[in-house]
Amino acid sequence: MIEIDIKKGLRGFKGDMNLDIKLSITRGSFVSILGKSGSGKTTLLRILAGLESAKGRVDIDGDIWQDSKKMVHPRDRSVGFVFQDYALFPNMSIIENLLFANQDEALAKKLLKMTELSELKDTLSTTLSGGQQQRVAICRALMRKPKILLLDEPLSALDMQMREKLQLEILNLHKTFKTTTIMVSHSPNEIYKMSDFVAIIEDGKVKKYGNPKEILLKTSGSQKFSFRGRVLDIHRADILHVAVIAIDNQIVEIVLDSNETDRLKIGDSVRVSTKAFSPIVSKID
Amino acid sequence: MEFNYEPFLLSFKLASIVSIILFLVALPLAWKLSQSRSKFKPIYEAFSALPIVLPPTVLGFYVLFALSQNSPFGAFIEEFLGIKLVFNFYGLIVASCLYSFPFMLQPLQSGFESLPKSLIEASYLCGKSNFQTLLHVALPNIKSSIMTAVVITFAHTVGEFGVVLMVGGSIPGETKVASIAIYEFVETLDYRSAHIYSAIMVFISFVVLLLVYIFNYKQKKVEFLR
Repeated sequence: MIEIDIKKGLRGFKGDMNLDIKLSITRGSFVSILGKSGSGKTTLLRILAGLESAKGRVDIDGDIWQDSKKMVHPRDRSVGFVFQDYALFPNMSIIENLLFANQDEALAKKLLKMTELSELKDTLSTTLSGGQQQRVAICRALMRKPKILLLDEPLSALDMQMREKLQLEILNLHKTFKTTTIMVSHSPNEIYKMSDFVAIIEDGKVKKYGNPKEILLKTSGSQKFSFRGRVLDIHRADILHVAVIAIDNQIVEIVLDSNETDRLKIGDSVRVSTKAFSPIVSKID
Repeated sequence: MEFNYEPFLLSFKLASIVSIILFLVALPLAWKLSQSRSKFKPIYEAFSALPIVLPPTVLGFYVLFALSQNSPFGAFIEEFLGIKLVFNFYGLIVASCLYSFPFMLQPLQSGFESLPKSLIEASYLCGKSNFQTLLHVALPNIKSSIMTAVVITFAHTVGEFGVVLMVGGSIPGETKVASIAIYEFVETLDYRSAHIYSAIMVFISFVVLLLVYIFNYKQKKVEFLR
């Protein structure tokens, strides 16, 4: 088990805030952390890696990384960390980046093969695309066979297609190495697909912790589906009012109830849901 | 008139030795300062930058005093190593090291500070020590800062005058460097030699600076292409 109980005063853009996180994580599981910017997600990862100090206790399978008496240096923690900016060493080739973490050539080759980077192994890391750099960063983090792998919004800078491909690759690596993984993400979709558990963090505290299905599925009662969206535009078409609403990356047009028309204005957050009709799902290619 | 190369050779010998010593001394300090979050950091920085703003005569006076037999340090060195530090080449090395110190320290420190913090952290998380991180990650990624620091220190040492004059005097072949030779030519109204020496100094300084700028320009282009 991984037991985390940490406290730290933070100075955010909204004023002072206390990070106060208690989590117990089953060994080998994939945990995602969801929360708004400034809620302390990245700080939590940095504290686990030893890159920032905090009060409290971090116990990784019986290895105490910090408590009231000691604070283990990052280099002596068995942790893999994937930074938002990847942090590959620009003066080294891909294979050198991996071997810098651990001189295990067989493991390096295996990782590169799994991520389809074998042919690029001698190129400088700086000439790679974002998706390739991200893969190298993940491989490098796994080179020391860490007890935990920390991913700080690993896929946020990539386009949709690359994200989906890399989600599968990360899952694949997770299954192969069975490394306990903690990932910060903004995407409920990604979290649902990848994680065993999800922690929702608000204002420095864990608001909810459980399996993604219970926590992320918003529909309840007789609602068939329900999405959060934002009103981009409201226009009149004959006698009806039509709202243009952005839901995630999609934009839809929906006819408004005349009672709602007066209450809504551009920029409002709305819930789009339906009860009476079953939504139809059909395959697109 | 036969052209005397000696002052130039002396200048370059001095500048080379000073650059090597300062590189080795300033490097760990620059690294330490760049990583430091101490509240005393501004004090260290202000102290190390003093030689930039102090008149060379002030520095020269203190160095002269510190190195002479009148000070415990000077007396100690003379007693145990048998070396007199004033009015000879050793004294020049000590004085020049102090005088040119900030010109080595500052470019190195700002080079280290311009590295993304995550690179250094990533190296620690790869299990590397502070020293290994410096050697394998920090240094190879601040090449243009190293080049700037070394060349500016070298050029600055070649160009110094006041401190050298006070600490070294003007002993031919020992402490009479190019800048002092020029001063003496002017004093003795030998304008022809002063012209030749000065022109050579201008030419060499220009070429050195040009090479630095070309190197840094190319380096930046490489970084941009990345």
